[in-house]
Amino acid sequence: MSIDMSEKSRLSNLQAALVVARRDFVAILFSRSFLFFLLGPLFPAIVFGMSGGLAASNSKSAPDVRIALQMPSEDMAAILDAHTRIENELGRGPIPHFYLFDPAEGHAPIDPDVLIADKRGIYGAVLTGTLEDPVLTGTGDRLRQWSGHISMHLALARNNADVSYPALETSLVTTSGATIKNQRRDTAQISMTLLFLLMMLLAGMVLSNLVEEKANKIIEILAAALPMEAVFLGKLFAMLAVSLVGVGVWFALIAIVILSGSDFGGVKQTLIGMPDPGVGWPLFSILFVVNFSMGYLLIGSIFLAIGALASTVREVQTLSMPVTMLQLFIFFFASFTLIDGAPMLEWLAILFPLSSPFAMTARAAQHEELWPILLAIGYQALWVAIFIRWGSTLFRKRVMKSGGGHNPNKRRWFWQRRRADAQAA
Amino acid sequence: MDIAVSEQMQPGNGAEGTGSDGSLAGSTTLAIEARGLVKRFDGTLAVDGVDISVPEGAIYGILGPNGAGKTTTLRMLLGIIDPDEGVRRVFGHDRPHDIARLIGYLPEERGLYPAMKAIEAIAFMGALRGLSLAEGRERGRELLERHDLAHAAERQIRQLSKGMAQTVQLLGTLVHRPRLVVLDEPFSGLDAINQGKLERMIRTLADTGTTVIFSTHVIHHAERLCEGVAIIAGGKVPYAGSVEAARDRIPAQVRLETRAREGGWTAALPDDARREGDFFMFSLPETGVEPLLRKLIEGDAGILSLSIERAGLHDAFVHIAGEAAARQLKADGQGGGEQ
Repeated sequence: MSIDMSEKSRLSNLQAALVVARRDFVAILFSRSFLFFLLGPLFPAIVFGMSGGLAASNSKSAPDVRIALQMPSEDMAAILDAHTRIENELGRGPIPHFYLFDPAEGHAPIDPDVLIADKRGIYGAVLTGTLEDPVLTGTGDRLRQWSGHISMHLALARNNADVSYPALETSLVTTSGATIKNQRRDTAQISMTLLFLLMMLLAGMVLSNLVEEKANKIIEILAAALPMEAVFLGKLFAMLAVSLVGVGVWFALIAIVILSGSDFGGVKQTLIGMPDPGVGWPLFSILFVVNFSMGYLLIGSIFLAIGALASTVREVQTLSMPVTMLQLFIFFFASFTLIDGAPMLEWLAILFPLSSPFAMTARAAQHEELWPILLAIGYQALWVAIFIRWGSTLFRKRVMKSGGGHNPNKRRWFWQRRRADAQAA
Repeated sequence: MDIAVSEQMQPGNGAEGTGSDGSLAGSTTLAIEARGLVKRFDGTLAVDGVDISVPEGAIYGILGPNGAGKTTTLRMLLGIIDPDEGVRRVFGHDRPHDIARLIGYLPEERGLYPAMKAIEAIAFMGALRGLSLAEGRERGRELLERHDLAHAAERQIRQLSKGMAQTVQLLGTLVHRPRLVVLDEPFSGLDAINQGKLERMIRTLADTGTTVIFSTHVIHHAERLCEGVAIIAGGKVPYAGSVEAARDRIPAQVRLETRAREGGWTAALPDDARREGDFFMFSLPETGVEPLLRKLIEGDAGILSLSIERAGLHDAFVHIAGEAAARQLKADGQGGGEQ
């Protein structure tokens, strides 16, 4: 009997990974639980929207805190005139407004302590006395906040005719280096946060990925037919693809809601207000997806390896907390790229493989050069390969130990292992 | 311990293609060759210097009690885990994954995706070995039809009985038409009818030139099916060779029944002769029975019957692996409710 070895006798690692990925992807996509997965983020979004609406409603119905003013009528008129002039120059926002208690209109003398203690919370401070001898009553915070404003009002009211504001010639430029830098930093911050939220939401799924295989006892069929690296890679591809589908659906829904006219809790305004990133929006969008994918593969490969060692869903749940902490740490570490004057930290964040995708997303927002980002993607791919290799080796060593039924070589703590070694010796 | 089956194989067990010299005709090429395989888990020696040689086209059994190291040995042979020491070659390849297309493997722990349809499960298992999904489905339907399971093709695995699911998995193991089929405890969990079906399937595979290697703790399966066996106990392989050679390790027993109870002819009986009821039992003399027969006739013993009984594989197992291993083997078999 001769075996035709000229026939290709195995799948390449990529082909093998795709076989595993296709099965997993289809199985997840057409499962009922995927619908719940898609709906999952809607609940916090609804809560977010509702709380946003509630806050807006509260803010509308909240009483406008003002300064109660009682002085002789002419003094009050002078102050109001000064108020109008100041507001014309500085805008309405920062200037305190007044409730007038004009004696000429029959208002009795006011007691500042009583007004401030009023439970309706209308009066933040009380201005009494005269222009020449004014008294501002209020809490420490209010006095610090409004003393300057009130002094300005009083000064202008006393010297009404003497103050004039010179005409200022203005020359308009569209933007400045400082503005671009600050705005791009905002874009970087928002993008990194979004990347972090997506990763936090999605990467944890990988933890439990191999538990199903072990529960179904199909893992050995996979391990016998394919290199474990290909199995790991396939599972990561599948989960990444599922995540991208999920992200695509969520973004599409948000787009539909915004296009239908809603501000979606301020998201629309935030998006409109986001300045152009360094590499431009089209390329930045692509790089965001690529960085998300690389980040997912990097952290996913570690989670997959850790999760592969778990035997039950309960063990996976126990692992979730430290894993979330790790993600938080990575996010905060990557945030160092946004700090000026800390190039060493920025480099560390770029070189540390898990924070690298975050750091490079920030970089793509802040700088125009493309080559460092492409180089980093290659570097991250190398680490994905290293992590997968490590994970699969660990899996083969720790999990594929003995036959079914009983496992005499179950995982032991180090002191148990020492004892077993001594017994074996 | 290093005994190539091809050098020792005797005709028998209904195997086809056996030569007059006892070796398998044209089967000098080894499907599996392992030398000095060692595997430790957390300091415990699970497999200790296993040597196995399986010629192409043979049915080969790895016989031993639970925990003897059968599964670990198979996993090393298949490249699922790497040995700490020693070498293994499958069709001459150091890395079995490189020839995954030529191998089919049914693990001891059966498992399929419960939500998958039977036909998709078979096609998927074929795809893992390089078969296209379309071809896998086509072959899967043929296989299911041949095994009277065509009606189950579109049913989910979770909707099948345990026996049907096991058959589906076995068909998935074979769908890519492997040249080497490795079955880990394939009879475990099957009723007598399905065990018989599986035995026939294994013989059919061997008839088409496929090498079949399976592990078992049930001696009868190995005795009925295998041309070669490796007896494994405590992680070691004290014997690897043909079933016939294993049985020949114990001299055949002669069972003699005579009309006369006493007489001078009893002096002609071998030293180890013992009376068991109406019979004398003793080992077959090296010179054969003819000289003894002559003396018995001359001594007027009145021979009623004389039979030469060759040792069974069970006796050989006891002789080779020891009483303790044999007792455990028997207990494992009873625990599994198997014959």
